[in-house]
Amino acid sequence: MSRSRQTARPGLWAIRGPLSARHYTGFAMIGLVTPLLLWWGLVELGWLSKVFLPSPLAVWTRFLRWLTTDRLMADVGISLYRVMAGWALSALFALPLGLFIGTFRPVQALLEPLMEFVRYMPAVAFIPLVMIWVGIEESAKVAIIFIGTFFQMILMVAEDVRRVPTAQIEAAQTMGATRMEIIEQVLLPSAKPALVDTLRITLGFAWTYLVVAELVAANSGLGYAILKAQRFLQTDKIFAGIILIGLIGLLTDQLFRWLHRKAFPWAHLKH
Amino acid sequence: MGASEALKPAPRIAVSGLGKIFPGVTPVTALDNIQLEIGQNEFVTLVGASGCGKSTLLRIIGGLEYHSSGTLAASGRPIEGPGADRAMVFQHYSLYPWLTVRENIRFSRRLKAHRQQLTESDVERASGRADSLLELMGLSAMAQAWPSQLSGGMQQRVAIARALMSRPEVLLMDEPFGALDAQTREVMHDLILHVFKLEKPTIVFVTHDVEEAIYLGQRVVLMAPRPGRIDTIYDVPFGSDRRQDLKHSREFVELKREIVERIRQTAGMRTDTDLLARLSGGE
Repeated sequence: MSRSRQTARPGLWAIRGPLSARHYTGFAMIGLVTPLLLWWGLVELGWLSKVFLPSPLAVWTRFLRWLTTDRLMADVGISLYRVMAGWALSALFALPLGLFIGTFRPVQALLEPLMEFVRYMPAVAFIPLVMIWVGIEESAKVAIIFIGTFFQMILMVAEDVRRVPTAQIEAAQTMGATRMEIIEQVLLPSAKPALVDTLRITLGFAWTYLVVAELVAANSGLGYAILKAQRFLQTDKIFAGIILIGLIGLLTDQLFRWLHRKAFPWAHLKH
Repeated sequence: MGASEALKPAPRIAVSGLGKIFPGVTPVTALDNIQLEIGQNEFVTLVGASGCGKSTLLRIIGGLEYHSSGTLAASGRPIEGPGADRAMVFQHYSLYPWLTVRENIRFSRRLKAHRQQLTESDVERASGRADSLLELMGLSAMAQAWPSQLSGGMQQRVAIARALMSRPEVLLMDEPFGALDAQTREVMHDLILHVFKLEKPTIVFVTHDVEEAIYLGQRVVLMAPRPGRIDTIYDVPFGSDRRQDLKHSREFVELKREIVERIRQTAGMRTDTDLLARLSGGE
């Protein structure tokens, strides 16, 4: 029997073509496992010193030792606290201010150019200033993460609010809605899914500032542990710390995505 | 002014000497000396070449844009901004995707409930109203669906029902069927005529489709561009009982030809004529 050619399926490499869940998982696995294998193979070849590139096994044993005897959970806990505090503090100010920037043109003129300007200032360079202004306590680490996160977050929030279709606002106006009602019942609910995405993305930013924040007189935390390992040339511990931060980030990201689907089912409908 | 004049109710919409200038390096006169009265329970359609200001005029009546000169009033009260007496239906993106069809339709009630002016009987009456609008629009089965689950035609029916919810005196429609396919549009035409008979609102309807303008309107207001102004007002002689075959009648076709021709003249479509000449000449 000859094969029917009428219903030729688009191949895997069709531009913007469909991809089955099975294929997706397959490609994702290849993308994740290949670097690991390359890493392993490179170490097995024996060309490189252990200090330059530790083996995956060495990183794993270092991780287990960190977990059992070197108080890994305490490091994770304090780092998690710093990241969350800095990020939540950012959100506390960025959400209302961003809402006003995206809603009222005078507020936009007042704040947006300033925020755009500060955004480009390197957070690391603020460390000495933060030490003078805030000290070297926990608050200093939180402040660094805040500086790194806030100015990006506020502009993203403003953009989310600006993206609410004008017709949604005008329809409410011609139904007699007041300014306050439009903010509460149109702008906020309409922008909410985008705002949750912004919170998810900026939590990633907050994590990237962790190591920088723990440069400031820290004696615990994942970032601090990585910095200390650098001093003792413990490359395996540096690897373990970096990978761990990556995994925590991945986990919170997935948590946010799950929350998004639960909270906004209407935004996830297949058409 | 005589006594009988004084007794006559104020027109639903009264526009007098209205002008609109968009400021800029070269200010644009979008509307110039607009004179228009729209009576109670009248269906008026606005047509004209692009740039004639028909949408701008509608948005000014809706209070969504300010005028530069002249006066305008709704039921005798000067229009100073948007209000619940003049509900607007847009071409698209006006539904609230996070609310179900029913919640969208009840949005104006939500606003009232929010102000805590709501009594028990209000709630009852409101849900009855929402149900009958769902019924009227053929949306009863979709009451719990989200807007993104609906076809374009259904979405516009929700938008119309939502605008009607609080019984506005005037319904302003800004090319509401412009994004729909021809078949759906015909269904919507008969539906809106039915709504017009039943609910008796005053409707001001902007469109670029002359056939639509004649089929729906009791009067067709033809506007001309540069500067935006009213060119001709046509009385449509077809009464209130209109069926789709009307569109094929001689009278209808002739009126349509007349209006299309006039729009072409007012637009001064030289570019298009040149283009056509080149296309037919250039074998």
